[in-house]
Amino acid sequence: MRYLSIYIIGLIFGLGISLSGMSNPAKVINFFDIAGTWDPSLIFVMGGALIVTFIGYRLVLPRPSGPIFEGKFALPTATKLDARLIGGSALFGVGWGIAGFCPGGALPAIGTGRIEVLAFIVAMLGGIFVARAIISARQNAQLNSNVKRA
Amino acid sequence: METEFTPLLSATGGILIGLASVLLMLTLGRVMGATGILTGLLAPASRSDFSWRAALLLGMITGPAAHLLLRGEMPEISVPVSLPLLLVGGFIVGLGVTFGSGCTSGHGVCGMARLSKRSIVATLTFMVTTAITVFVMRHVIGG
Repeated sequence: MRYLSIYIIGLIFGLGISLSGMSNPAKVINFFDIAGTWDPSLIFVMGGALIVTFIGYRLVLPRPSGPIFEGKFALPTATKLDARLIGGSALFGVGWGIAGFCPGGALPAIGTGRIEVLAFIVAMLGGIFVARAIISARQNAQLNSNVKRA
Repeated sequence: METEFTPLLSATGGILIGLASVLLMLTLGRVMGATGILTGLLAPASRSDFSWRAALLLGMITGPAAHLLLRGEMPEISVPVSLPLLLVGGFIVGLGVTFGSGCTSGHGVCGMARLSKRSIVATLTFMVTTAITVFVMRHVIGG
């Protein structure tokens, strides 16, 4: 039941992305190309998704019994606006603007079997691995210097 | 390259994306962020952590087939950039979403809906840098 439900939720997301145009780089890039061949469609994706999620979260999150299959809600806990968040987000935008795919748009599009999607995903995985290596190297350096200071 | 303005289809897609986000919160108590789901799949905390992410990703990948059933065609994918640019863009996206802990779905939809300060700042930041990048690629370099 648990995994069937989660599979169906993924299917709803994947169908939504497919209908919305978020997995079409030409459409994504045109959304940002206000000075050129502007296509404002994606504002309707963002608007539709935000309205439903905003209302839905307010109905779901107060449930005293928590989520159906888990003990409690696992919401992100970070609150600090740091350089990593802002720099990372800025970088993500540069990549999104160059390629036209974002992770949420590209993952469902794997199902089209298109080689361009796979090429993007492989390159993105490369970036994820490099970034993770940098983050863990920094954390280790931080730990070492703390140990020395102590 | 012109693309057709599709407000109804795009809004329908957006509503389904929102519905999936709400249902994932209702069932697992988790945020629907493509970055987090993929990253967690590569380094899962436990076997059950791997299983739900795999089930979700499998569902996502079936999305285009459902689109084919409903509309008689696969979702349109036109890539207006060269393969090297696609790879460079993909690599930068991978770096950015890992350092920034999220992307359009995690920050842009789920985080914004929770009115998370981090997600609002992240979303504004990447919307601005995407617009600048598209402007530079199309109108400064591309001509």
